[in-house]
Amino acid sequence: MRALVIDDSRAMRRIVSRQLEGLGFTVDEAGDGAQALELLEAGAGHHLACVDWNMPVMDGLAFVKAVRARPEWRDVTLMMVTTESEHDQIVRALAAGAHEYLIKPFTPDALRGKLELLGLVPAGEIA
Amino acid sequence: MSVSTQTFDYVADLVRTTSAIQLGPGKEYLVESRLAPLARARGLVGPTAVDTYVREVRRGLDRGELTRVVEALTTNETSWFRDNAPFAALRSQVLPAVRGRHPGPLRIWSAACSTGQEPYSIAMTLLDAGEPHVSVLATDLSTPVLAQARAGEYSQLEMNRGMPAPVLVRHFTRAGAGWAVKEEVRRLVTFTQHNLLHPPPTGPFDVVFLRNVLIYFDAATKRDILTRVRRAMRPGAFLILGAAESMVGIDDAWERVAVTGGSVYRAPGGTP
Repeated sequence: MRALVIDDSRAMRRIVSRQLEGLGFTVDEAGDGAQALELLEAGAGHHLACVDWNMPVMDGLAFVKAVRARPEWRDVTLMMVTTESEHDQIVRALAAGAHEYLIKPFTPDALRGKLELLGLVPAGEIA
Repeated sequence: MSVSTQTFDYVADLVRTTSAIQLGPGKEYLVESRLAPLARARGLVGPTAVDTYVREVRRGLDRGELTRVVEALTTNETSWFRDNAPFAALRSQVLPAVRGRHPGPLRIWSAACSTGQEPYSIAMTLLDAGEPHVSVLATDLSTPVLAQARAGEYSQLEMNRGMPAPVLVRHFTRAGAGWAVKEEVRRLVTFTQHNLLHPPPTGPFDVVFLRNVLIYFDAATKRDILTRVRRAMRPGAFLILGAAESMVGIDDAWERVAVTGGSVYRAPGGTP
C-alpha cells in the first residue's frame, strides 16, 4: 500500500508518516496540495492521501476537489487530518469527496481505527 | 512495575466478593493501571504507590474508597462501533431476522454499557437503517460511568476512537471543545444501574449486547448470567458477545448463527 502525507508542517508529516510506515505503508510526502497533485500525476499508484486543511499554494479542500474531478483517481482514499474541527467543516470536506476526517491531535490508535474503517488495514481490536 | 502479591490478592478478593468479577492470575497490570490514578489522587506516586494506596484503603475501610476501587477495576475501555462487525451484523442480518417475526417496536439491551458508546452506536445504526421504532436499555454496574453516558458528551479524543466522520456529522453537534449526541439519538436510549448478578431488567428483549464482560467471570457465574439474560429475551432473540468470547462449553441452549465477521447467538424457542 502506498500513501501520500500532505501537510505544510514537516514535524506533522513525519509523525503521520512514521505511523503509516508502522502499519506497512510506503509513504511519500508533500508540503501542499499542488505538490501532492504532482506526485499523483507521476503515477506511483497511491491508495491513500492524508490531507491537512490549511496549507499554502493549494489547501486541503481544494486538493480533495481536484482529486475528485479526475476519474482515474477515484480509487484514492482521501482522509482529512487537520486541527479544523467545526461540524460545518467536516460536512464540507465529506461533500467535496473526503472519505474520513481525523482531528488533530490524535493517538496512533485513532489513526489505525480510521484506516480499519476505510478497509485499508485489517480489522483488529481498537485497544 | 507491578503490584505486590498481597495487594493483588486483597483487591481480587474485594472485587470478587462485591461484584463477582474474577481477576485471575496475569491481571496484575489491570490492578496497577486502574488504581494508579486513585493513588495519585491521594498524592501517592512512584513504583509502590498502588501498594501503599491499597494498604491505606485496607486500614481505613472507607466504604466510598472501596467502591471506587471496585469501580476502577470493573469499568471497560470503550470505543464507538467497537469491532465494527457486530454493528454491521445488526443492520444487515439480525435486524431483518427480528423484523421478519415481530413487527412491533424493537427492544434492545446493552449490558455493561460503560460510558455509552455502545448503546448510542446501536441507536445510530438503527436510525441509519430506517428503524426509528426502537428503545435501547443501557445498563452498567458503575454509577459514575452511567452519569457520563447519560450526559452524551464526548471529548475530541473519545470521538476519534472509531467514530466514522459521516456518522459524526449526522448524529452529533459541537458542545464546547467536544461533541454531544443529538436528541433524536439520545431519546432512544435509557440508562439505568444494573448488576449482572441480580435479576435482569424487564424484557422481553429482541437483541442483547453482552460484550467483553463475561471474560471477567468464572464458568459457573457465566452460566448463571446467561440463564438470567435468556429469561429476559424473546424466544428466538439474538445475543451478541464480544469478538473473543464464545458460548462453547458454557451454555448449549443457544444456537450459534454465523454472521459476517463473527457469530451471534440465538435464544431457544420461536420458529426460525
